[in-house]
Amino acid sequence: MSSLNSEVEIKNAGGEAVLSPALPLNQQSKTREVKSMSSTTQNKNIGARLDKLFHYTTMFFAFLVFILLFGIIVTLFMGSLPALKTFGPAFFTSSAWNPVDIQFGGLVPIYGTFITALIAMLIGIPVSFGIAIFITELSPVWLKRPIGIAIELLAGIPSIIYGMWGLFVFAPFFADHVQPWINDNLGELPLIGVVFQGPPMGIGMLTAGFILAIMVIPFTSSVMRDVFEIVPTMLKESAYGLGSTTWEVVWNVVLPYTKTGVVGGIMLGLGRALGETMAVTFVIGNAHELSASLMMPGNTISSALANEFTEAVGDVYTSSLITLGLTLFVITFIVLALAKLLLIRLAMREGKNT
Amino acid sequence: MQVSSFSFKASILVAGLTMATSAFAVDITGAGATFPYPIYAKWAESYNVKTGVKLNYQSIGSGGGIKQITNKTVDFGASDKPLTPEALEKAGLIQFPTVVGGVVPVINIPGVATGELRLSGELLANIFLKKITRWNDPAIKSLNPSLALPDSAITVVHRSDGSGTTFVFANYLSKVSKEWGTKVGADTSVAWPTGVGGKGNEGVAAYAQRIKGSIGYVEYAYAKENNLPVVTMQNSEGEFVKPNLESFQSAAKFAKWESAPGFYEILTNEPGKTTWPIAGATFILMHKSQDKPENAAEVLKFFDWGYTNGSLMAKGLDYVPMPDSVVKLIEASWKTNLKGKDGAAIWSK
Repeated sequence: MSSLNSEVEIKNAGGEAVLSPALPLNQQSKTREVKSMSSTTQNKNIGARLDKLFHYTTMFFAFLVFILLFGIIVTLFMGSLPALKTFGPAFFTSSAWNPVDIQFGGLVPIYGTFITALIAMLIGIPVSFGIAIFITELSPVWLKRPIGIAIELLAGIPSIIYGMWGLFVFAPFFADHVQPWINDNLGELPLIGVVFQGPPMGIGMLTAGFILAIMVIPFTSSVMRDVFEIVPTMLKESAYGLGSTTWEVVWNVVLPYTKTGVVGGIMLGLGRALGETMAVTFVIGNAHELSASLMMPGNTISSALANEFTEAVGDVYTSSLITLGLTLFVITFIVLALAKLLLIRLAMREGKNT
Repeated sequence: MQVSSFSFKASILVAGLTMATSAFAVDITGAGATFPYPIYAKWAESYNVKTGVKLNYQSIGSGGGIKQITNKTVDFGASDKPLTPEALEKAGLIQFPTVVGGVVPVINIPGVATGELRLSGELLANIFLKKITRWNDPAIKSLNPSLALPDSAITVVHRSDGSGTTFVFANYLSKVSKEWGTKVGADTSVAWPTGVGGKGNEGVAAYAQRIKGSIGYVEYAYAKENNLPVVTMQNSEGEFVKPNLESFQSAAKFAKWESAPGFYEILTNEPGKTTWPIAGATFILMHKSQDKPENAAEVLKFFDWGYTNGSLMAKGLDYVPMPDSVVKLIEASWKTNLKGKDGAAIWSK
């Protein structure tokens, strides 16, 4: 390997491009190696030292992640101390949010974060799954690329554009055409009817959930598509050869083969849904009010932060917002940990079956 | 490689140029409220042309402005919510108003044009308290006998971010409604009994335009630029007044600045037959004892220039300039309160 590398590098020395900062030195030593065989040992020493330097440099970069993470956790924790000292654990169960009386509780934004993410996933997962299956299994070849590119473009749209589109286009449409229907048909249902009752404003947690779903779909579906594509054709063809329907192939061959990737894609989407800020801020209505109805305005952690941080006056107010930030951090951490656990359990079960 | 070395040289050149210009005069820095940012920027531009003094103003919000001036990272802070005399004393600051702006309730009721709907302060408070929930409520009807008010629900729209606009509006409601004062109170953000929150004036305006039967509040300039239907309000003398620069200036004129220590005066529910009841000044904060008197002097010169030469510019942007009588009071307070390290007054005009 190393001799191959050195040849390539010597050739490159005549060219114009410098590939990495470590390379020029390397080239020098390697060229010298070719010129005089007598100083080989010395050169090897230099090469080994450079290797070590490279090793430590990359290690430092990798550890930078830990340092950053640790720094952020410590900062969030220190920042949240005043609020936690003032309110104690009741902060997480109180729905009060009163800057005048300096009474704060995180229940409304935490609830809103979970509910909107849940709606987003309920809509986003089946749709993403459908898109990915269609592209990889059913679509005519000429259609695959346009759909794939369109999805990638959707993923690249800044979230504030989704927010503006949500507020100016989607919310009025939702208020005029969808919400009255939901009110009339689902609002009458016993027990769960209250969830679907409310003034048709087009703004609220349900709208936020819908917008989030649209934002999550490109991420989840492109990951799903990528993993579906790595399923060996032989496996699928064999199943088809045995007379399986497309559904059976997808359910019994493709999914079991790719479940790690699928869960990963879902988690990526969930991560975005939990942390999304601007788009939600535009359409959720930003009210610190706990209500069972999805039609009513609510709040999420990130939109509360985006709204209130700049003008939060006083230590306890600022600290309460930082505590919300810490909570979101912990929620994301737990979600990621649960996903990893799920994957480990899936892998273990796999081992038992075979 | 060539490109990067060129841009490197260019950046040195640029750095050299900026250093050269800044050497001519003291630059002044300020941070705070977003509401007065357009007028400060406009004043600064003209002032720079005239004197060469550059103002670097960061509109990071009133809260940030107060923090920065307390930490002495800027020459002056700016806040839409005045600090109480006690808070000023504690932090060793003085404050003075620069321009006045009005806050106006805006509505979206099909069939009701701008200025047609009349409300009293108490009615407005009851709507925002969720005590009046339909537009055809008898209390609203009795003030508007000739209007065809629909039988539809009222949706309140308020600011979701902390804002001086909210402070002025809530301050007015607590002056006209005891219940608002005890239940909600006044601050840059409050615990709203009802409604949806929009981010910024544009957020409130967007919601108010989308939601039928809504009522919100925005800065006057914003309502004017976007032709939002406004409400005619009853003032403290019982007159119904439309929001405009004259009715805001009337509020600034009738306010009792001379008896307000630290210019702690919120222009809500002020006397005067022509006074719009919901207005507020925006304020500048400076340290009483100045470590850098030459910078402080430049700040004072800048605002003095703004008071005397900037009125037209302010009106062009729908701010109300301070009346001359108030400017005299302000400059007198500069003279007595602002001192250098050696105790010498910084303002001597």
